[in-house]
Amino acid sequence: MVKDISKDKLVADKVNVYYDEAHVIKDVSLTIQPNTVTAFIGPSGCGKSTFLRLVNRMNDYIDGFRKTGNILVDGQDIYDKKIRVEELRKNIGMVFQKPNPFPKSIYENVIYGLRIQGINNKSKLNETVERSLRRAAIWDEVKDNLNKSALSLSGGQQQRICIARTLAVEPSIVLMDEPASALDPISTAKIEELIHELKSQYTIIIVTHNMQQAARVSDKVAFFYIGELIEFSETKEIFINPKKELTQNYITGRFG
Amino acid sequence: MSKRIDINRIKDNLFRYFGIGCTLFGLLMLGIFLYSVVSEGFSRLDWQFFNSLPSRKPEDAGILIPLFGTMWVMILTSMIAIPLGVASGIYLEEYGKKNRLASVIEINITNLAGVPSIIYGLLALEIFVRILGLGKSLLAGSLTLSLLILPIIIVSTREALKAVPKTIREASYALGATKWQTTWFQILPASAGGIVTGVILAISRAIGETAPLIVIGAMLYITTLPSSPMDDFSVLPIQIFNWLSRPQKGFIVNATAAIIVLLAITFILNGIAIYLRNRWQKKVKW
Repeated sequence: MVKDISKDKLVADKVNVYYDEAHVIKDVSLTIQPNTVTAFIGPSGCGKSTFLRLVNRMNDYIDGFRKTGNILVDGQDIYDKKIRVEELRKNIGMVFQKPNPFPKSIYENVIYGLRIQGINNKSKLNETVERSLRRAAIWDEVKDNLNKSALSLSGGQQQRICIARTLAVEPSIVLMDEPASALDPISTAKIEELIHELKSQYTIIIVTHNMQQAARVSDKVAFFYIGELIEFSETKEIFINPKKELTQNYITGRFG
Repeated sequence: MSKRIDINRIKDNLFRYFGIGCTLFGLLMLGIFLYSVVSEGFSRLDWQFFNSLPSRKPEDAGILIPLFGTMWVMILTSMIAIPLGVASGIYLEEYGKKNRLASVIEINITNLAGVPSIIYGLLALEIFVRILGLGKSLLAGSLTLSLLILPIIIVSTREALKAVPKTIREASYALGATKWQTTWFQILPASAGGIVTGVILAISRAIGETAPLIVIGAMLYITTLPSSPMDDFSVLPIQIFNWLSRPQKGFIVNATAAIIVLLAITFILNGIAIYLRNRWQKKVKW
């Protein structure tokens, strides 16, 4: 079978990451197709969050960070000198572990990404706010209170505001770093449902500690262990018929 | 066993009373000081006192010149020290790399905040008055006081910036914001309360300073209001110092009245700082 490389959304090729002397990502290569959900699983400190943050270059600010190998998004090396990191991050959004809305109104939170691009057209902003909040499945809950502080909402609502804020800048990839780990089960279910719906328009990579969540939301699963990518395949494959013993042990809860 | 608990309880109570005693001691001293100042000087506070030039006769003398000088110094010092201090604080906290040089700079700035003010006066005398040739002008005085409060502003700016959670910075960067946009739209608004509080407290420290201004030679007998930053000047603390060194009883009364004015300005500034801090703290809860 001939692979059509141009269709790959993200290609990582022999990526290594060091923090000073610590070798935290070891020779990881993987390919992610557009409009899929990929779950990164593995025990704490296995490098999955570090790898996620490579994709929108959030590790750049960490002192002592160094990487080798290439990461291509849409065929373009994102660590190329010509790439402006601000442009890159508009295309690759990120949702964090703890809901982190700005201490501003719901409305201001959602349009922040546009404001910093210098977009001030009122009708465009209003339209973006409604569309993004609808996509993040929170419009009905907040539409009458857009000027209320985002910090006054519940944790689950705050997280969906953060998702709306990310979608407002029209990214093609959304990175989610344990987006539901700080939320109650009902909010978690809402976020998972949302991930399902977002798949049609975005490529999603989600880091999670929750095996059931990975099984429910993802198309493919990547299992990391101490900086290495142990196994990467279809979600069903991983959970029903893992190839490596290490994977088997982890998903059955024998360690982790 | 129960004996041990009793002893512990007694110790606990002992410390409580000791703490109350310590607190009361400070309050009592402040009370005595305020009472003696107010009872002696309050009746001297009339329009004539605020609106008169210095004089050899205590009942004719007033604080017009030093009061104006203090206002001028406040404004000029703010104009110099606030932009410099806040910008340095932002640079060190948000932009500067956290390496060995940064920690050396940090320790030095913290140390500078503790240098006796008269030493700043000596430095200023050499640089501003002699080398730059600014003389005993308002500008030289304001630059001196700016130097003095710069470390305070830098340190309090950094503390205020540090209090803004890292997650807010990450959220902003992740949406494609530059460092400056993140600082301007998110970090500064969220830390404004802390920064403004620090700035006001620093300014209120500056207007109470005497020693460095005496060193640069601001202790003058002036009879005209300053009209530009290059004019000679006097300020309230220097006028107080001056009056207190006179033998006549009338000048002592004048000095206490001037102390009331200076205290009032300081209290008002500190009051504003406390008000702003409470307001901002209520607004932003992480």
